[in-house]
Amino acid sequence: MGKTLKFEEPIIKLREKIVELEEFTATNSVDLSEEIGTLKVRLKNLEEEIYENMEPWDRVQVARHPERPTTIDYITMLFEDFMQLHGDRAYGDDAAIVGGIASFESVPITVIGHQRGKDTKENVKRNFGMPHPEGYRKALRLMKQAEKFGRPIICFIDTKGAFPGKAAEERGQSEAIARNLVEMAGLTVPVISIVIGEGGSGGALALGVANHIHMLEHSTYSVISPEGAATILWKDSSLAKQAAEAMKITAPHLKEMGIIDAIIPEVRGGAHRDSKAQAISIGNAIRTSLSELGTLDGKGLVDHRYDKFRCIGVFTE
Amino acid sequence: MIRDLFMKNRKKHTTTIPSVDAKNDVPEGIMTKCPECKNIILTKDLIKLMKVCPKCDHHLKMTAAERVACLFDEETFKSIDDHLKTENPLNFPAYTEKVESDARKTGLNEAVLTGTGKIDGLEIAVAIMDSHFRMGSMGSVVGEKITRAIEKATVLGIPMIIFSASGGARMQEGVLSLMQMAKTSVALTRHASQGLLYISVMTYPTTGGVSASFASVGDINIAEPKALIGFAGRRVIEQTVREKLPDDFQTAEFLLDHGQLDAVVHRNDMKETISKIVRLHVKGAN
Repeated sequence: MGKTLKFEEPIIKLREKIVELEEFTATNSVDLSEEIGTLKVRLKNLEEEIYENMEPWDRVQVARHPERPTTIDYITMLFEDFMQLHGDRAYGDDAAIVGGIASFESVPITVIGHQRGKDTKENVKRNFGMPHPEGYRKALRLMKQAEKFGRPIICFIDTKGAFPGKAAEERGQSEAIARNLVEMAGLTVPVISIVIGEGGSGGALALGVANHIHMLEHSTYSVISPEGAATILWKDSSLAKQAAEAMKITAPHLKEMGIIDAIIPEVRGGAHRDSKAQAISIGNAIRTSLSELGTLDGKGLVDHRYDKFRCIGVFTE
Repeated sequence: MIRDLFMKNRKKHTTTIPSVDAKNDVPEGIMTKCPECKNIILTKDLIKLMKVCPKCDHHLKMTAAERVACLFDEETFKSIDDHLKTENPLNFPAYTEKVESDARKTGLNEAVLTGTGKIDGLEIAVAIMDSHFRMGSMGSVVGEKITRAIEKATVLGIPMIIFSASGGARMQEGVLSLMQMAKTSVALTRHASQGLLYISVMTYPTTGGVSASFASVGDINIAEPKALIGFAGRRVIEQTVREKLPDDFQTAEFLLDHGQLDAVVHRNDMKETISKIVRLHVKGAN
């Protein structure tokens, strides 16, 4: 089960208690089945109560869970014949973004996503899923390639943000992100983006100018991390919990604001509890989107994307 | 002996206590102090010099109205969408008050002034950001005004010019601010698909979400001398890489050196440069 999150501690404790009693019964031939039965009912109720009333900050914790399935996990479970394609043809290959060609239910597609690591070693290699410009330029190269061959594009968003570093600035981090925004706007193939973990600011948006945007139930999408927001707004990063609330960064909030198209339900307690079941529901969302967008031609898809982003904003005329 | 020497020094050491009125030695408005070389100059003279310090050539911040005055042919600029009003979608405490106070201070409805006008007789659409309004940050209204200006340029078939001066996305409008980056981008793509020209002019400061969207994707990207341009803040980067950054890091000249800009253009030459670029994009003209 791995790392326990604070808000789910009561569930874990109760679960341990049940296991303890079961072991005791087995070794001591004392019948505690009635007590165990009562505790199991209590566990079920407790799980319902806790998992169905998750606060924004709880969701942030789930979205950041080290065992949460990543882009490569979903690629493996959802697609056949995946071939990873490397490099931006200009500077290097950024391991913080992966992409390639594959097929989804026998339709050839291009898949691209942020890639973080699950342990320290992999996180160092993948720069904690925070891309440099060459990562965004690789993504764009693969998108233009997909457009040439008429393949739909599926993007997985999972990053704290674009990397804030010296080399990233020297190589044009801003331009790399900005270029993806304007180029994605003009793609004549369907683009589907799915936020699977954290959607951090411009670094996330650079894979997010899509026809359809889905979010996993416990993923987040924001202009700044809750810690960053707390620092800027209240000069205190320890108020991140309040900032997570105030900034409206969870899937239900984004759906309410009309920014995303659909929420993909998560397995109880978060995607990491059953990644296979999670992949199935993501697959369902992709299938639905592909069939809806399949009715539009190239110009129709560009116009559809235009209309989608054109109307985002709250103001008085 | 030695003590005498110290005594001498001590005697020499005198302190000037500034008078209570010292701060008002430079009357607000009448005189302006160059933030770079501390030279003090009559504000009306400085405005005549397009706010470029005559002593050290530092380009001081301009208001959107000042930029209009030194860019367009006289009385050709017509503003649009001055009526759009910012809301407080996330109910942030004091946000509405801050926006209203900046509106009173600057005479603008938001951190960008948009419209159309003529430069040497050539019609263009423009968006001029003003960093005196909420640091020039981009929320829904800024995104909407810029998008409408781009759409107007597309409909009229004229070039679009954006003067950026912004700290980035407006935090108080959350993810709605982030999405303005995408909104302005889809509009720029439609403008570009008509074969129309877009010039991006980056001024002090062009950072964060503005730098990472429309400001960086002009057909021609130019910047004013020494303008601060970058994606992430200097302090954030220093904390991340744990090394001291060069003094010229994220300046216009740094970006030019690293292949991110077409040119660094002095404010005195800005109108002429833009006019020349626009002329060179008139199809079949000579």
